[in-house]
Amino acid sequence: MSSVHQPSDIQLERIAYRRKRAIRSTLLAALSTAVVGLLLYLGVTGSPGWDRVKASFFDTDIAVKALTGRDNYPSILSGLWLNIRLMVICTICALALGLFIAILRTLRGPVSFPVRALATTYTYSFRGLPLIIVIYLFAFGIPGLRLQGTPGVTVLGAAAIVVTYGAYLAEVFRAGIESVHPSQVAAARSLGLSYRRTMRHVVLPQAIRRVTPPLLNDTVALQKDVGLISLAGPIDAIRAAQINQAGTANFTPYVVAGVLFVLLALPLIGVTDWVTLRAARRQNAGT
Amino acid sequence: MVSRFTLLTTGGAVLALAALAGCSPVEENAAPTATTSASADVCPAGALATKTAGKLTIGTDNPAYEPWFSDNDPKNGKGFESAVAYQVAQRLGYSPDNVIWTSVTFNNAVAPGPKAFDFDINQFSITPERRNAVDFSSPYYLVRQTVITTKGSKIANAKTLADLQAAKLGAQVGTTSYQAITDLIKPSAQPSVFNNNDDAKAALVNGTVDGIVVDLPTAFYMTAAELKDGVIVGQLPQVGVPEQFGLVLDKGSALTGCVSTAVDQLRQDGTLAVLEKTWLAGADGAPELQ
Repeated sequence: MSSVHQPSDIQLERIAYRRKRAIRSTLLAALSTAVVGLLLYLGVTGSPGWDRVKASFFDTDIAVKALTGRDNYPSILSGLWLNIRLMVICTICALALGLFIAILRTLRGPVSFPVRALATTYTYSFRGLPLIIVIYLFAFGIPGLRLQGTPGVTVLGAAAIVVTYGAYLAEVFRAGIESVHPSQVAAARSLGLSYRRTMRHVVLPQAIRRVTPPLLNDTVALQKDVGLISLAGPIDAIRAAQINQAGTANFTPYVVAGVLFVLLALPLIGVTDWVTLRAARRQNAGT
Repeated sequence: MVSRFTLLTTGGAVLALAALAGCSPVEENAAPTATTSASADVCPAGALATKTAGKLTIGTDNPAYEPWFSDNDPKNGKGFESAVAYQVAQRLGYSPDNVIWTSVTFNNAVAPGPKAFDFDINQFSITPERRNAVDFSSPYYLVRQTVITTKGSKIANAKTLADLQAAKLGAQVGTTSYQAITDLIKPSAQPSVFNNNDDAKAALVNGTVDGIVVDLPTAFYMTAAELKDGVIVGQLPQVGVPEQFGLVLDKGSALTGCVSTAVDQLRQDGTLAVLEKTWLAGADGAPELQ
């Protein structure tokens, strides 16, 4: 019971062969990537208008100034801080709202019909409504009521984003919940678990795990769309870029803001890929 | 078959474009010759090559709005543009008796084609596109940025730029109006930026912002026609590249040079500044914020 497993010679040979093939494929991939990259580079930089495009989209000076702010132009970074705060808060709230609505939609029994109907109406309307219109309704309509204690436009705009994305996420959650086989519920109930405990301990853990990749995907989409809050008046990163663009007649600030958004989304996209991969491995375990 | 047809139409389009391109420089050249020949000799006082000899025909739209005109009557010499028109007429050697007003819609005045006026005054911004169809005199007015709000707002009684610093202000994105906030007022709160003036106006009505900055003509229009209880707080000092108003003349008009010279003189001797103060910043106009 003590000796360590010693692979046979044939197995060692196999390992060596596989390693050789792996190195070969990596080299080939690198080579073909280099060729494609070179072709793209030559194609873009060799085009007759490249100098003009470069001057108006990739001006380092303007990029630095737009990033840090200068004179009286807002800096993209300070705008981005607003985006980041909104991303975090809106994501959490939209996930919570989506889960809540999904649970309401999957309630059973005739008594809960009104609740189901309301939840269904909500998901139907807000998945159809363009986010821009919801933001307008919230940020310009609600203050127009002149009610006491109306929150600021930033909060109202964030609420519009949460409500819209909550509807998408609710449908994803519902798909997850309904993908759990009915026998699981039956088994849980027969063990004496209440409906609530069945949901909490049996259905939801499986459901959420199954739909994590699409959930994260919607979250990435939400991250980009928080920028639409600028319609309500606050200056976010994209609006700051727009103001810089208008002031300099140069599109570099947009490119800067775009790159920043991609950088922000990268971690979440990475997590999505990893989770998807892990889920696939688990599912296929044993086959 | 199809390709030949496409070829024909494309060829036709190219020819038409070439013809257009060939035409426009000729037209553009016409204006400078008129301008260069406009020395003192070619502008004999009261005897220009006008529509009606000895009379000067001036066009504007009907209705003619305050404060550019007064009581929809250009003939009374009241209102900024009416006053400017009579001053220009005088410089050209036409007494008020020899001025004839004619009604021309805004769009007709800047459209190509024969004109029913010697010059037209109707808040026309000088733009390169319009220059293709008509001549413009030297600018007689540089558009100023103006703060507007609603009655009862905390900035309704502001008299100076400093009074506005604590206010939450808004403007349309990428405009001189926005620039006026950040360059001149420098408020302590970050200004709100909107896609267009309608959004800014909605935010003002809702009380989301205390005031918005628009150009002066828009300010007059918004407070008079669009906003309930709209109030003009005041005009801001000149900022950025302002819009310019010019008198409109027929393309290649022999009068362009003479009219421009007259406007230039009015600006240099301070007449225009006085008229601006009288009619635009006067009692019911837009006071100046310093």
